[in-house]
Amino acid sequence: MYEQLLQYLITGITVGSAYALVGLGFAIIYNASDVVNFAQGEFVMIGAMSAIFLNAAGIPYVLSIALAVAITAAVGMALEKFAIEPARNASVVSTIIITIGASILLRGAALLIWGKDIYGLKPFTGEETIHIGPATLLPQNLWVMGCTAVSVFLVKYFFDRTRTGKAILACSYNKRAAYLVGINVKKMLLISYGLSACLGAVAGILIAPITFFTYNAGVMLGLKGFSAAILGGMGNPMGAVAGGLMLGLLESIGAGLISSGYKDAIAFIIILLVLFLKPSGLFGKSSWERV
Amino acid sequence: MYRTMIKGLFACMLGISSALVLTLSAASAVHASGTIKIGSFLALTGPASFLGDPELKTLQMYVGEINQKGGVLGKKLELVYYDTSGKAKVAKDVVKRLIKKDRVDLIVGGSTSGTTLAVIDIVEREKIPFISLAGSIRIIKPVKKWVFKTPHTDRMAAAKIFEDMKKRNISKVALITGNGGFDKSGHAQCLDLAPKYGINIVADESYNNADTDMTTQLTKIRATDAKAILNFGFGKAPAIVTKNVRQLGIKLPLYQSHGVASKKFIELAGDAANGVRLPAAALIVAEQLPDNDPQKPVLLSYKKKYEAKYGPVSTFGGHAYDGLFIAVEAIKRAGCVDKAKVRDEIEKTKGFVGTGGVFNMGPDDHLGLGLDAFKMVEIENGAWKLLY
Repeated sequence: MYEQLLQYLITGITVGSAYALVGLGFAIIYNASDVVNFAQGEFVMIGAMSAIFLNAAGIPYVLSIALAVAITAAVGMALEKFAIEPARNASVVSTIIITIGASILLRGAALLIWGKDIYGLKPFTGEETIHIGPATLLPQNLWVMGCTAVSVFLVKYFFDRTRTGKAILACSYNKRAAYLVGINVKKMLLISYGLSACLGAVAGILIAPITFFTYNAGVMLGLKGFSAAILGGMGNPMGAVAGGLMLGLLESIGAGLISSGYKDAIAFIIILLVLFLKPSGLFGKSSWERV
Repeated sequence: MYRTMIKGLFACMLGISSALVLTLSAASAVHASGTIKIGSFLALTGPASFLGDPELKTLQMYVGEINQKGGVLGKKLELVYYDTSGKAKVAKDVVKRLIKKDRVDLIVGGSTSGTTLAVIDIVEREKIPFISLAGSIRIIKPVKKWVFKTPHTDRMAAAKIFEDMKKRNISKVALITGNGGFDKSGHAQCLDLAPKYGINIVADESYNNADTDMTTQLTKIRATDAKAILNFGFGKAPAIVTKNVRQLGIKLPLYQSHGVASKKFIELAGDAANGVRLPAAALIVAEQLPDNDPQKPVLLSYKKKYEAKYGPVSTFGGHAYDGLFIAVEAIKRAGCVDKAKVRDEIEKTKGFVGTGGVFNMGPDDHLGLGLDAFKMVEIENGAWKLLY
């Protein structure tokens, strides 16, 4: 029993790390603009697919990864510049619908560029299985966990310690006030889309060697990341990270101890229960509108 | 300004519609001159396009070739096809159109089981011969008068796998399947057939086809006393399962279904694929067949022609080859395109050597393939190896 549980935990944390990064991307954009960006999953796919194809085209491994992240960030910023910004006077709901449209567009573009085939990326460092007691893991699992931890730390540092990070937070509290104290709101929004896209790309590239990618692989990952952000409390970046890890663990342990057939159902039922008891999510600040 | 734009638009539309009318009348003129119309509806776009794409290419290539050689019964073949995107609703609409508007003489098509099952009612009501290219056993069982099919069924795959397990004295098997239609159907057939082969399913795990990791399910399987693992699925999931099995250091024999019988699987799973056994159509091991195998020349010729024109063959295109030639042979034997006569002749197909196997149809078997149509294959050093 114990030996199995350890394996479930390792699997859960690996899968959960990816969810956490995607969820973090959701939370950052939500923080800056109250918008849920449904193209987040597509960022994950674009990051992974770009890395795979750049690498296959003969570009050195590390460089192709860096380029892939840059490409995805550019796509994220272009999305903000050409789709979100022109509609800046639209309601939040309209903007969310624009992001759904953007996700369909990006998926379609990926289909045209890369076709319908399935692709994999070779792992960062070898495929030698590592044994931890009775459980096993791949070096890539460690990379996923480690890089996620570093990314989360950097994001936290960015928001807590840098002027730009604080400026983005200020935009989320009150756009008009932020504007009045001289913050370039447009630029902050652009940065948050770029940052979210970066995180998505990192998530995609990290898990690409473990799983495989197709043009539509972003859909499910986006959904899981969204659930993670909701579970942790939308608007709380660290909550989204915790939510992602919890979701991964719930799925893995639920599948292991109860039934793999109800794996997704178990996770979603628990999310629903949490939301019934605490509608703003586990770590979300409760908010209400004064009438 | 606006007015001129609208006028321009109007003129454009008029132009387009008159062009349409012209092409339509041209099309019917061709029909009047006496062609044999073969209707088809395929999943050319959407998630199942990997089926429809090689099927259409195969149909087009051979219709062209037959016409070059003078056609059938002195008439040219004409292929009329529509895209279903793998959607049942669209399939119903286009099949009605094939029958009522295009007045095709028979239908060869239906890339997915879903689209095929959706049109069976229409085909039966309109009494038109229909050869399906989809896998499910439900298409031909119970037998429908006008419906035939060429691909092996998932039930045959399960039977072939269990037969091999029995040979290796394996009686305890862990089953792991995805949540797709193919997976679920295969899962049901496995559970149904296992007792007949004296096989005990000791674990029955499942995953979502979009999942990124299946080590949890496999860890659970490792804790059972299973002597082999059977994974029924297609796409990327079986490749992940295969990699996860090796990662966990599970030494049990791993069986996959015919759903992974493509080079892509070996490419994705890499070294982990070595040692995996699966039932597959003979096409992927055509070169390894003994020279006295009746299928060998058919397979090699199809492979050569297809690869010269389009690139790597897939077994799915082969199903279209079988469907088209069973139909053509039946029309030749019937000596006309009378629907009832052609149907009777399709049912009398005997000893037809296709890419899927040797077809012997009958009133109660509208597929006509035996278990020997599947070859047991093992992956060795990243290549298919024919076992038997």
